[in-house]
Amino acid sequence: MSFLFSSSLGRKLVMAVTGVSLIAFLLVHCLINAMVFFNDGGATFNVAAEFMSSNWLIRTAEIGLFVGLLLHIVQGLWLVGDNRKKRKSRYQIDGGSANSTWYSRSMGLLGTIILIFLVLHLKHFWVVSRFEIPHGITEEHTLFHEMVEIFLNPVAVIVYVLGCISLSYHLLHGFSSAFQTLGVNHKSYTPLIKSLGVVFSIVIPLIFAAIPVVMHLGLIK
Amino acid sequence: MGNSMKINLKVWRQKNQNTTGLFETYSVEASPDMSFLEMFDVLNEQLIEDGKEPVAFDHDCREGICGMCSMVINGRPHGPKQGVTTCQLHMRSFKDGDTVVVEPWRSNAFPVIKDLSVNRGAFDRIIASGGFVSVNTGSAVDANSILIPKDIADTAFEAATCIGCGACVSACKNASAMLFVGAKVTQLSELPQGQAERESRVVAMVNQMDAEGFGACSNTGACAAECPKEIPLSVIANLNREYYKAKLNGK
Repeated sequence: MSFLFSSSLGRKLVMAVTGVSLIAFLLVHCLINAMVFFNDGGATFNVAAEFMSSNWLIRTAEIGLFVGLLLHIVQGLWLVGDNRKKRKSRYQIDGGSANSTWYSRSMGLLGTIILIFLVLHLKHFWVVSRFEIPHGITEEHTLFHEMVEIFLNPVAVIVYVLGCISLSYHLLHGFSSAFQTLGVNHKSYTPLIKSLGVVFSIVIPLIFAAIPVVMHLGLIK
Repeated sequence: MGNSMKINLKVWRQKNQNTTGLFETYSVEASPDMSFLEMFDVLNEQLIEDGKEPVAFDHDCREGICGMCSMVINGRPHGPKQGVTTCQLHMRSFKDGDTVVVEPWRSNAFPVIKDLSVNRGAFDRIIASGGFVSVNTGSAVDANSILIPKDIADTAFEAATCIGCGACVSACKNASAMLFVGAKVTQLSELPQGQAERESRVVAMVNQMDAEGFGACSNTGACAAECPKEIPLSVIANLNREYYKAKLNGK
């Protein structure tokens, strides 16, 4: 199994497998978040949030999620660093824009922005709901109330929207790239995966980004 | 020369592998019908007449099949056109008075020998590590004794059109050689003749590729976009599949 951390192909396999798992996680996360759009004072959303934080199966899966996330971050940053070292003498003119998209060449940068956002995001919601720091989630102060409170701050809204834009571009390359790395390249399936990837990369971050915006505008209470 | 054009060249000059290079500026009168290499011939004639050192650059067949003419022209391997080598690029692709920047392939795995000429021995060592098939000695086998379906023959042939020029490495932001290795592995793994070494081959070639100092693949697609033989990205997906299968089987 050492090839997963020593061979260039093995290391890419780690990125793809963890990437696909994180895509699956994003879908679940987004579906639950979208429940605030029922505009029922967060009643439906809080039931789902309570289930996710108390069910033992979900909590176990959460450990797997964090291991996968950590692998994706560490392997990703390590790969970006290693790959940069493969060309010590740089080109005078970078012709990259003629043969590839800017976001496919900037996965390390986009990932780093998402990582910075993630630290803030976990502090805002995950730490509060799991460790009751600083105050915890109660029946009087639900996770929905916590969201409303945080998104009163316009700076937080801007940071969340920027995080979602980075996520969108990261997915625009990452979604189809993961399948290519896993060896899925097929005459009819690959165009389908690519289209699905574009839809996913736009719709999911758009729903995520819409929540802080509509909450800040007071459209959801 | 009724329609001659003036080209300003910024060319990478480097004495040898151990020195740092720099750009020199030249001016050349060229015809739009000249190939890019013929324009360099004119430049070198001019430099020799002036008693200066001519620019070293690789070239051989000058008909797009040998893969020697490695030049990064205005940031693009083999210049701005798709599906061509430098010798197939003509001066009519440029305008009178244009400034053209010419650099060598840049990758740690391709050290500069001199000026625009790089050492692509790393590719030879990757081929030597696994790019071969076992054959029985003795009398020649009948040509039609091994049946190969047309679609498989086509896939193998498409991969086999790789001329090993290294444009994929030079275009890749990671200086990765996956398109080259993918093409060589696909060509042999598709055909019945390549089955004996199928698993050991892919592992040996990937190990050699990593040892030579090529980067990993980010799937940006730059390699396939710049490949003069238009080798598709699907050969990299195939390389991945072959490698993971071999690893699962304990190779």
